[in-house]
Amino acid sequence: METYQLNINGRDLEVEVDAQMPLLWVLRDELGLIGTKFGCGIALCGACTVHVAGKPIRACITPASALVGQPIRTIEGLADGTELHPLQQAWIDVDVAQCGYCQSGQIMSAAALLAEKPSPTDEDIDAAMVDNYCRCGTYNRIRKAIHLASENTPCQFSDASQGGGEFHVKQRSEGES
Amino acid sequence: MNDHDDDFMRESDRDIDLVRAVELELNALAETTGQAEPFLIKKLHRRAFLKLSGIAGSSLVLASVLPGYGPAAKAEDLGSLVGSIELNAFIKVSSEGKIVIYSSNPEMGQGIKTALPMIIAEEMGAKWEDVEVLQSAVDESRFGRHGAGGSTTIPRTFDQMRTMGASAREMFIGAASVSMELPRDELHAQDSTVSHLFSSKSLTFGELAALAVKQPLPDPKNLVFKDKADYTIIGTSVTGVDNLEIVSGLALFGIDVRVPEMRYGAYQKCPAFGGKVISANLEEVKKLPGITDAFILDGNDNVRELSSGVALVGTSTWAVFNAKEQLRINWDETSASKDSWTQMVSRAKQLHSQPGETLISESGDVKSSFSNPDHQTIEAFYQYPFVAHLCMEPMNCTAYYKAGRDGNPDNLELWIPTQAPTRAYPVAKSLFGLDQEQVKIHQMRLGGSFGRRVYSEYICEVIAMSKQVGAPVKLTWSREDDLQHDFYRVGGFQSVKGSIDQTGRIIAFEDHFMGMTYKGGRISGSGFRATEFPMLNLKNTRATKTLFDIQTPCGPWRAPGANTTAFVIQSFIHELAVKAGRDHLEVLLELMGEPRWFDQGNVRSLNTGRAADVIRLAAQKANWGRSMPKGHGLGLAFHFSHAAHVAEVAEVSVDANKKLTVHKVTVAVDVGPIINMSGATAQVEGGVIDGLSTMLGQKITMEQGRIQQSNFHDYQVLRLPNAPEVDIYFIQSDYSPTGLGEPALPPLAPAIGNAIYAATGERVRKMPLTDEGYSI
Repeated sequence: METYQLNINGRDLEVEVDAQMPLLWVLRDELGLIGTKFGCGIALCGACTVHVAGKPIRACITPASALVGQPIRTIEGLADGTELHPLQQAWIDVDVAQCGYCQSGQIMSAAALLAEKPSPTDEDIDAAMVDNYCRCGTYNRIRKAIHLASENTPCQFSDASQGGGEFHVKQRSEGES
Repeated sequence: MNDHDDDFMRESDRDIDLVRAVELELNALAETTGQAEPFLIKKLHRRAFLKLSGIAGSSLVLASVLPGYGPAAKAEDLGSLVGSIELNAFIKVSSEGKIVIYSSNPEMGQGIKTALPMIIAEEMGAKWEDVEVLQSAVDESRFGRHGAGGSTTIPRTFDQMRTMGASAREMFIGAASVSMELPRDELHAQDSTVSHLFSSKSLTFGELAALAVKQPLPDPKNLVFKDKADYTIIGTSVTGVDNLEIVSGLALFGIDVRVPEMRYGAYQKCPAFGGKVISANLEEVKKLPGITDAFILDGNDNVRELSSGVALVGTSTWAVFNAKEQLRINWDETSASKDSWTQMVSRAKQLHSQPGETLISESGDVKSSFSNPDHQTIEAFYQYPFVAHLCMEPMNCTAYYKAGRDGNPDNLELWIPTQAPTRAYPVAKSLFGLDQEQVKIHQMRLGGSFGRRVYSEYICEVIAMSKQVGAPVKLTWSREDDLQHDFYRVGGFQSVKGSIDQTGRIIAFEDHFMGMTYKGGRISGSGFRATEFPMLNLKNTRATKTLFDIQTPCGPWRAPGANTTAFVIQSFIHELAVKAGRDHLEVLLELMGEPRWFDQGNVRSLNTGRAADVIRLAAQKANWGRSMPKGHGLGLAFHFSHAAHVAEVAEVSVDANKKLTVHKVTVAVDVGPIINMSGATAQVEGGVIDGLSTMLGQKITMEQGRIQQSNFHDYQVLRLPNAPEVDIYFIQSDYSPTGLGEPALPPLAPAIGNAIYAATGERVRKMPLTDEGYSI
């Protein structure tokens, strides 16, 4: 067991875990951030998608110890205070979820896409979302919600797309609760 | 945690600005970790969300109003009619006008946590924006039957929910009548307000709440339900009541449960069903980081309850998963399954030209029809594999078995994602000797189920683990456990034969159904009904069956039986239409004949008029009969199941390398009135996409009793880029509403198969398509 300093949703945290423990289980079991889901454990289904430095990664195979010094964002940190991220709002407006289990991973993949491409085409959506599985078959509504959110996207997304993938981290100041 | 029981209700008699799940989660976390400041999750202000987003929902404010029929009351005190006892169990209203409606049935993605409260709110005259929906406690004496399955929740509870709402409405009107000194029949409830029809006088539900409580409970026999034309909530599109929690990553699902002092568990069973542990390297794995306990459970040899295995308990899911991979177990496989899919296939192929061992039904004379030289007779052999449920949330359950002290009895608390919450009671009794009063059940949202979580074995496993270690344990199955220890959709075979007379009419049909039994017992979905379409539509029919006995556990899987039989029958009718050189649509409508109920007086039986209507509508909307480019085709199929009439037309193209593109699926459905239009279309979209996903590439095979697939790399799911457009039409007939979780799935596979034939001339008689060389 080692102590690692992680930056999660804009906060610096110390966790004492095995060096091999994937971020998924550090989030869920050590920190109580259960929004990131377990689906397969082999980086195939996308349920555990989180952002590291703005890029989507699979938390189920990425050891937390490898992420020291890199900003991590989870679904719990996607809203800006009480303001939902445009994708979260679109997901509600389109009533995307059926069982809802895969949706935080879907939203995190979509958020990374919008940060890079504020007005994605259907082909962009295909490419960004192909590895997020949904067993209930909500794919058409996911596509619709991404398009809806991209129309609603506030201007900081275009800033983010010009300035690299740091948008989700820059949005908040350190230590904000 | 989602503990919405009465204790929580009382505690919440104030304006809760936090989303409840967050608050509870934070509390649990603070207790668990001893952290002074609970970590991270923002204090989400539901009101702020509402203001900003216009979400249909409301803040959580609960006050105890409409008491008087509390949990102490018994059904017999209030008459035996459905609903009387549950009235206040389902509805609470605060003096500020907040309305809490309880949803008593499990939510697994089928949308009833939204749909059932919509029915209550409609009859009540509530404004949907004032309504907050909470999952109820498990208590059948208050809420009636808990449980969901068989697309039965809406038909089973529609009148019960209307009764709940109408009772509350009458009590508000009674209160308003007293308060305003006006006759009841001059008062009307709408938008959470009771108004006078002939003046501007009105009082809100909030203002009336305290007085409404004191009104006598209306006799359910005298309640009059709203006219359909006056509906303002039923039939509209309402976003799911848990959507804010879902998109914010808040705790809802069984796997999200965290309770103080909780440990994490994993359980390893024999890869061959029924194998038993002889020994394991327990001492070695106990030394692994984070492992606190490792022990053998003998089980009771009942795969639905407790199978023999090795239990691991530790400080994180990762610790126990990691240790599980280090386990070395000696198994006694003497009585374990030796099932082989290869052998089942070869046996079926040997039998295909013979009739089955047992007669299911017979009418007319199929033999003479088949041997008549003036008839054209064809036969075909269809095959479908076992498939897994593959819920995105793997099986899990949290249990806290507390040994009694000082003469007090033991007690057990369970947090279960399950379709059948009360099925935990009998196993708690038979395996652990606990009476119902000693067991408290919390029903958690299910991350998918599709029939999977009607069984209780994961519950039994974790109870045994918690009892052994004396602490709360959350058991989580790995994806490999989940795929290799399922209750599978049973595989099978059907050998079919049919003939056409000189005029091109289908004149005879025979089906030899080859299915399975499990250790001599019936398997859900492995049967062929004597009433199966088109058995009652034709004069000459015969159905027989041969059942192979297996040891692989099987169970209900979205539209059991229908999901495979529809593929066979609706494909073969197309084969017969092609043989006759006739239009498939025309042949299908001809088979339906005059509008009539198959089973006169049974509104849950096939109605040929409703069937013909959805078939015509789907064909019309898909522009059936149009000329298609080379390699493109339209395929039609109809199937009746779960009291639903559903027709689908698939538009596909297939290239020279057998790459399949499904451009569009047009669906016409008659399930009577629609409750939540958004939820209903979601179920149809889901049924179509799930049907395609399954037909395309999913199969479970077993050799030497061992399942050969283990995770998503060898058990594929349809991806977003391949999801077809789904165009949906409802015929909202006046019959009572029926369920939609299942019946949109069965017609998909034959519609696709028939479309592939139209596009290529190649007939699909075997699923999955990838085994026939297709890709997507």
